[in-house]
Amino acid sequence: MILLQVVVSGLLMGAVYALFSSGLTLIWGMMNVVNFAHGDFVMLAMYAAFFAYTLLHLGPAVFIPGAAVLLFVLGVVVYLGLVRHVARGPMLGQILGTFGLALVLRYAAFWAFSANFVSLPDTLVGGTFDLWGLRIEASRLLGGVLALIITIGMHLVLTRTMLGSRLLAVAEDRQAAMLMGIRPDRMQALAWGVGAASTGVAGALIALFFYISPTVGESLALVAFVVVCLGGFGSVPGALIAGLGIGVIQALSAYLIGAVYQDVVVFALFLVVLWVRPQGLMGTA
Amino acid sequence: MRQWPLVLLGFVAIAAWPLLTNDVFLQRLGALVLLAAISASAWNLLGGYAGQVSIGHSVYFGAGAYASLVCFTQFGWPPIAGAPVGMLVAMLIAAVVGTPTFRLRGHYFSMATIAAAELARILAANVPVLGAAVGLMGPPVPRSLADLSFISPIPYHYLFLAVLTLLLALTWQMQRSKMGFYLAAIRGGDRAARSLGVPVLRYKLYALLLSAAFTALAGSLYAVMIGFVDPDSGLGILISVKMVIVAALGGAGTLFGPLVGAIILIPLEETTNALFGGSGTGITFIIYGAIIVLIARFRPGGMADLWRAITAKGRRRAA
Repeated sequence: MILLQVVVSGLLMGAVYALFSSGLTLIWGMMNVVNFAHGDFVMLAMYAAFFAYTLLHLGPAVFIPGAAVLLFVLGVVVYLGLVRHVARGPMLGQILGTFGLALVLRYAAFWAFSANFVSLPDTLVGGTFDLWGLRIEASRLLGGVLALIITIGMHLVLTRTMLGSRLLAVAEDRQAAMLMGIRPDRMQALAWGVGAASTGVAGALIALFFYISPTVGESLALVAFVVVCLGGFGSVPGALIAGLGIGVIQALSAYLIGAVYQDVVVFALFLVVLWVRPQGLMGTA
Repeated sequence: MRQWPLVLLGFVAIAAWPLLTNDVFLQRLGALVLLAAISASAWNLLGGYAGQVSIGHSVYFGAGAYASLVCFTQFGWPPIAGAPVGMLVAMLIAAVVGTPTFRLRGHYFSMATIAAAELARILAANVPVLGAAVGLMGPPVPRSLADLSFISPIPYHYLFLAVLTLLLALTWQMQRSKMGFYLAAIRGGDRAARSLGVPVLRYKLYALLLSAAFTALAGSLYAVMIGFVDPDSGLGILISVKMVIVAALGGAGTLFGPLVGAIILIPLEETTNALFGGSGTGITFIIYGAIIVLIARFRPGGMADLWRAITAKGRRRAA
């Protein structure tokens, strides 16, 4: 029974992983650029939620979409101001560009918000309840379910709408898409906006039940890399399955081996998968 | 090499530096600049010349730093005697971890190096022999000259200068040899290099082994001078980041780029640390981050590229 409890809480966390990893995989699939600042976007969204509550007394119904909008704007700005210019340059420039951004965001947060851990009150999304003998925190359930719905929604938009087709067309072949009258720049800016917005929602959701600190993004970014690599680069369904899987593996290894080693297991798994199948578990070569 | 007079002048200036001032802060600064130049030049062998951007070189730095202090705490050796051990351990790690990782290209390689380094950091923080989260200390008082424990930074300055000179001479030789051309081809693209008949994996591995060994030596020298290492100061991601930034600012893949980068960045870092105290590290890394964003955005070739642009313009004007 305890094991089932662990698996369920792993799945709920995994759904949130899936959500922000989908954003990373979308950006990656669109333009083959890695956002090394992805985890720090999540961190910003967490602080946005925290300050929306403590300073402006706004509830989750407001600050979750609010964080999404805020991060969407940040994503577009980062694309237009930085990524657009480095994407076609040398590899070193691409890596340094978003990596430098990650450092700036992380240490600006240190400076502005201090290194102390903060968190939202537990009572914000009411307490804990029993469901078929499992004890479930309402905040984690809300986070998991909402993340799941949005991730699936993102997949549907990408595969079932005109906008999604345009995005995928640019990802597939930039030149051909241009010939079809699609503006790649606009689509890529949109992908960065949507990718960052996913971190906005995910960050606001995580903030409901997790501590907030300037460095929290570092380990979240690594989780997102692992999820994207496992799920295949550019695949939202892949990210969903891998995200849930990583959530469960993390929860199980924390329970069975010890909380210190939950990241060790995940990173080791990541390296093994990269070495054995560099294209990802579900990706194609 | 047309710039011999300039290089010689630079060498003399660096060698004379600690004798020109009585200020210990400035003398110490010189030693720290040289140490950063050593680790960044070591990173440059792989990240610059071969174009494989590792953000996990802290593993090798940590191997050197930890080896020196473990040899002291366990066997009572002078810390510098642990340096060859650290270099061997680093090369072993490089061979084991590097071989499969090199099949990854571009971003994937960088991400794998980050994951490997984080793995090492978490593991080191949980191994008692490595001091776990508390870290390890060097000899509190020098037992003999071999402990290389000095109050003045000047001896370290000349020790580091000797190592850096050796490393740069080796790099220069490498750059002119067959290996230099092979690495340049690999930097241009794996597939193209392979189609030219370059044994890509083998030469990436050579570059990594050399790079890992000298990064470990830098780690040992750090441990000898500072006399302390813990998971963050030996294996933290910022250790790797610093090597990348120093090399990239000066010019990745150029002989003197990392030294130039260190001459610019380390005084900046030490000054902000001195001005803002403990919170200075935070501000230092905001500045670091901003600098690499600007390099990436406007001049991915670093200062070396800027220098070439300026001298080319000058020559055109003279003509």
